[in-house]
Amino acid sequence: MADNKNLIVEGKLADNERMKAQSKHLRGTITTDLADDVTGGFTADNFQLIRFHGMYQQDDRDIRAERAKQKLEPLHNVMLRARLPGGVITPEQWLVIDKFAEEKTMYGSIRLTTRQTFQFHGVLKPNVKPMHQLLNSTGIDSIATAGDVNRNVLCTSNPVESELHKQAWNWAAKISEHLLPKTNAYAEIWLDGEKVESTQEQEPILGDNYLPRKFKTTVVIPPHNDVDVHANDLNFVAIAENDKLVGFNVLVGGGLAMTHGDMTTFPRKADNFGFVSLDKTLDVAAAVVSTQRDWGNRTNRKNAKTKYTLERVGVDTFKKEVEKRASMTFAESRPFKLTSRGDRFGWVKGIDGKHHLTLFIENGRILDFANKSLKKGCAEIAKVHQGDFRLTANQNLIVAGVPEDQKALIEAIATQHGLLEANTSKQRQDSMACVSLPTCPLAMAEAERYLPSAVDQLESILSKHGLAHESIIYRITGCPNGCGRAMLAEIGLVGKGPNKYNLHIGGNREGTRIPKMYKENIVDTEIMQIIDELIGRWSKERLQNEAFGDFVIRAGIVAPVVNSAEDFYA
Amino acid sequence: MLILIISLAIFFLMTKNNSNSPITPLDQAQLSRLSQAVSGLSKDQLIWASGFVAGVAAGANNQQQSQALTSTEQATLTILYGSQTGNAKHEATSFGEKLKTKGLAPKVISMSDYKPRKLKDETHLIIFVSTHGEGDAPDDAVELHEFVHSKKAPKLGNLKYAVVGLGDTSYEFFCQTAKDFDASLQKLGATSLAGRLDCDVDYADTISKWAEQMTASLVSDLTANAASNAETSAQNTSMPINTISNLYTKQNPLRANLGACLKITGRDSVKDIRHIEIMLEDSGLKYQVGDALGIYFKNDPEIVERILRVTQTKAEEEVSVKNEVMTLSQALTNKLELTLSYPGFVKAYQNASHDTALHELLVDKKALRKFLEERQIVDIIEQYPNVISAQTLVDALRPISPRLYSIASSQNEVEDEVHLTVAHVDYQAFGSRHQGGASGFLSTRLQEGEEVEIFIESNDNFRLPSDTNTPVIMIGPGTGIAPFRAFMQERDVTEATGKNWLFFGNPHFTQDFLYQVEWQAYLKSGLLNKISLAFSRDQAEKIYVQDKLLEQGEEVFEWLEQGAHLYICGDAMRMAKDVEQALLSIIQKYGNKDEKAAKQYLLEMRKAKRYQKDVY
Ligand code: SRM
Ligand SMILES: Cc1cc2nc3c(=O)[nH]c(=O)nc-3n(C[C@H](O)[C@H](O)[C@H](O)COP(=O)(O)OP(=O)(O)OC[C@H]3O[C@@H](n4cnc5c(N)ncnc54)[C@H](O)[C@@H]3O)c2cc1C
Ligand SMILES: Cc1cc2nc3c(=O)[nH]c(=O)nc-3n(C[C@H](O)[C@H](O)[C@H](O)COP(=O)(O)O)c2cc1C
Ligand code: SF4
Repeated sequence: MADNKNLIVEGKLADNERMKAQSKHLRGTITTDLADDVTGGFTADNFQLIRFHGMYQQDDRDIRAERAKQKLEPLHNVMLRARLPGGVITPEQWLVIDKFAEEKTMYGSIRLTTRQTFQFHGVLKPNVKPMHQLLNSTGIDSIATAGDVNRNVLCTSNPVESELHKQAWNWAAKISEHLLPKTNAYAEIWLDGEKVESTQEQEPILGDNYLPRKFKTTVVIPPHNDVDVHANDLNFVAIAENDKLVGFNVLVGGGLAMTHGDMTTFPRKADNFGFVSLDKTLDVAAAVVSTQRDWGNRTNRKNAKTKYTLERVGVDTFKKEVEKRASMTFAESRPFKLTSRGDRFGWVKGIDGKHHLTLFIENGRILDFANKSLKKGCAEIAKVHQGDFRLTANQNLIVAGVPEDQKALIEAIATQHGLLEANTSKQRQDSMACVSLPTCPLAMAEAERYLPSAVDQLESILSKHGLAHESIIYRITGCPNGCGRAMLAEIGLVGKGPNKYNLHIGGNREGTRIPKMYKENIVDTEIMQIIDELIGRWSKERLQNEAFGDFVIRAGIVAPVVNSAEDFYA
Repeated sequence: MLILIISLAIFFLMTKNNSNSPITPLDQAQLSRLSQAVSGLSKDQLIWASGFVAGVAAGANNQQQSQALTSTEQATLTILYGSQTGNAKHEATSFGEKLKTKGLAPKVISMSDYKPRKLKDETHLIIFVSTHGEGDAPDDAVELHEFVHSKKAPKLGNLKYAVVGLGDTSYEFFCQTAKDFDASLQKLGATSLAGRLDCDVDYADTISKWAEQMTASLVSDLTANAASNAETSAQNTSMPINTISNLYTKQNPLRANLGACLKITGRDSVKDIRHIEIMLEDSGLKYQVGDALGIYFKNDPEIVERILRVTQTKAEEEVSVKNEVMTLSQALTNKLELTLSYPGFVKAYQNASHDTALHELLVDKKALRKFLEERQIVDIIEQYPNVISAQTLVDALRPISPRLYSIASSQNEVEDEVHLTVAHVDYQAFGSRHQGGASGFLSTRLQEGEEVEIFIESNDNFRLPSDTNTPVIMIGPGTGIAPFRAFMQERDVTEATGKNWLFFGNPHFTQDFLYQVEWQAYLKSGLLNKISLAFSRDQAEKIYVQDKLLEQGEEVFEWLEQGAHLYICGDAMRMAKDVEQALLSIIQKYGNKDEKAAKQYLLEMRKAKRYQKDVY
């Protein structure tokens, strides 16, 4: 294993490795920084370390220049990302986070993310510790939702096959727990838990230096691919025999991020290692993580994710190592098909007889807008709801487990607060954007704030070509990190600079093909012209219900990305 | 000196057709300018002028002196980087390392940590800067980028430089920021060591090739003498406060230009506080930290309008103010107090108008005071409209009194500028916007580059300890922070070793932390040892500087026992009193003294000039 030299990249370690090593199992000097009232920010290493505790330091970029002139530091604040395996949250918990967002955050919003959890934006330093204690009091934490660890574990939101969903969801929770850091740091720093000598602690799975890079895991229930398996390092594809979960196919090495101008970085699909039965599932999870832990490139963070490890050592070598570490062998992959990704909006009835209402939340931004009081609406529902809420990987919200006699009431509240708008188009429902400006420090171009108008324009182009009933998986991401998963869209925009995007086309609806760059560094008007022409051709030349992404490939407008390591930039 | 001038003049008159004369140091042109200047001056004027020239001479002296210092100084080698995502920073640092291996001693520093004024002392400068936005400078380069464009930028005659741009050709404005710096430095007279290097995203090789050649030429150019200019600043601080500062007085103010007026409270602040920079150019005006600046102002034309309307007087009517004849509107705008109200006006206005209601008000002194507190002159006239003659109106009003502002800068740091921290008095009352006379003038009426009349109000009762090792405690909430910014600048340049402790307070941390980034930098550099902050409205219960003082009582007393000087600046009505109370109880508690002894302790401090106040 780790002694096998050529599997490990030698060389000067990335600075984050020093930082992790010196952090005393993620403690650093965070408490000292909390006491420092001269800045709203965190210093050097702690700036990175708080991520392992589920927080990022940010500032309001809209007013950064203005404040520099005012001789004030940037408006430093903290973004918190909660850990909600499978995105399940109770009404009681909802009312707690609703109140906090309202009273103690700069933006007053609850932001549903593309990974089935929520974020608070704009928490000022004095409110940070109270926030963790509040969350803890209602049974929520934010451990390892960021940093070089296994992140929040996703699980397909499938209220209909409720039985299978329950089993799959239990596994998501189990895997999340199993892969969590074992350090007491979180409890010590935020919950005043009693102190433990960091030298007494061990990290059997993640290792004392944690992982080389972030690591992402999902449990997916085919044929629904809402979690986007190919964006993730490790995926467990649920295999059921008559509604009973028997095991998983294991897909490894997906990831979407790249860096402008750096062709050694690229989005990559996950490889199928084969089938594992339930009894070995946790071992396999740990083995994939520990192999990546030992073989992942710690000298270059742009090359550190599992996808690059696979490219370097080879899929088979990696797979064999996993089998060795988990003392098992993967069986032949069970057949499965991924056909769709979008959520099923409106009411559905589960086989358990309960009703489930999926609400479309544009950008996942739950806030009281001038025309619709989404946040208030959700709170009102939480007050009467007897089931739970499910956050989806498409940034939407499911009111799950509603008994017959409550349907009318909940539907009334939802309608009253603009949570159930009849006129929301399929296109809007199939569109997604990352947060980007003003809070994201890495943002290069608008995304969330651009999406609504970008969809308006796409809608009018579609109807102009008589395709109003059609829709295209359309995703905008403010920079090449790809948080909005544009690299699995039929049309993907990747931010490059203020109102400058790279236009990618040719992904498919089921999320198994990466789109190729069609035009580089163009502004919104150019983007819409090009999309107009392409949709014009699609409307005339398409085959029976041929999707846009498939059409541009067949028509040879772009070549398909088959093996991105070779052909993504070709 | 008078003799000199006159004899020069006479000499000139004799030798006017004999060009570049042997004896005078002046050339033909200078002589003729001088003669024009002095010709037709009365004796008194000549005497005054002689004083003026003397002062200029004194000023010139220590200018030459400091120039001399820079020229004889050893060469400097500085590498500046402006970097958003770290590339330029990384390249700058590794180039610095490379030079070190060649025995050179480069300073590698972020543009954001660099004092733009230092530019003129540099001899060799290498810039690594990227471009962001749409041809915009990276955040940490913005300030310097603006500076080299601005009219503040110094001439850089003896600077050699090179610029490396990091960029991306897929952007419209490729390496724009690098191009800007290159152009500006050229324009300021600097000579480029080698053509600018514009790098695309794959810059590794390009830069290392460049680095080879650049290293070579730098080594040959700087025969390995490391840079140091600590002495220069040390020199300047012992600059004599010469006759010339008295040359401009309250009676004879300097006409200077407004350099900048920046709001330094956040967009959500309840306060509007301005950082003001006034350009002294080569006026020779000198000040010391602790001094105040006197400011004359022009009244708001709109108020003048309203007063004319109500009193039914004409703007163009001629009136005389202190036997100077001018139009009424000139008098009201430039000469007479229209914002600060006072009993004298009510009395005079009542006499002139025989307004009975006003008469009643005049008998009840208490009511009158309350009445005046809330009203400016125009409010009174509008509440009690009376038709009176232009001259009676003028006679009822008193002349404008200049306002004082604690100087917020040290001349050793900012040289030909003076900085202020001004709270903009701006409030609604009686259905209209009200502004302070001076603060309104500075904040909303005076445009950058326009003239303002100023003078120095020297204040020897608010001075840093002469012994630079003495610790200092500074208590300055709100605009009271102003002189302490000057103190820190002074202690920075003079490299004073005494400890420094600042107490500051204001409503909100995120909005009202005046000069936050500067205090952070002083803490980082170690100049400022402690800062205690009281943001009154950030928590349920209000917290003020005196509370922080009590909280830190034990250590405060230690410092006092160590001989610390303690300064209070800002609000006199409440803050200064509460702080003094806090001090007394600290002295009682930790010096276990009774109240009387504590008072005595403070009195001794005051006598020893260790307890000084600048409150208003
Ligand atoms: C909130 C969210 C987007 C959203 O609109 O929902 C998000 C937001 C951010 N992501 Fe992300 N990422 C989010 C899903 C993703 C995804 C999609 C996914 O995982 O399904 C990706 C692409 C898949 C992948 O990882 O390859 C993604 C790839 C990144 C990367 C690039 C990682 C890499 O491999 O290089 C970064 C930057 C980094 O890690 O250095 C990043 C960094 C960030 C940060 C934290 C910026 C930062 O590092 O300071 C963004 C915070 C913005 C803000 O103000 O909230 N985010 N991020 C998503 C939160 C997920 C969660 O709850 O954990
Ligand atoms: C030694 C010294 C140092 C000083 N240093 C500073 C300094 O560093 N910074 C600084 O900002 N000031 C400083 N001051 C105060 C400054 O001199 C002025 O008094 C202040 O700026 C107000 O002057 P103004 O002309 O703007 O307003 P004025 O024209 O003098 O005031 C107009 C009228 O408005 C009234 N008024 C003012 N505020 C309000 C309000 N909120 N509500 C109702 N009525 C109000 C006043 O009572 C007055 O009647 C200092 C004063 C002294 C003596
Ligand atoms: C949002 C953004 C905008 C950019 N705009 C420009 C540009 O207008 N012109 C240019 O030459 N390079 C541009 N670049 C490219 C950067 O200058 C280039 O990546 C450089 O290497 C960054 O160096 P730094 O990390 O030191 O900032 C831009 C990069 C980003 C992220
Ligand atoms: S894609 Fe880029 S801009 Fe958007 S949230 Fe992620 S890091 Fe920020």
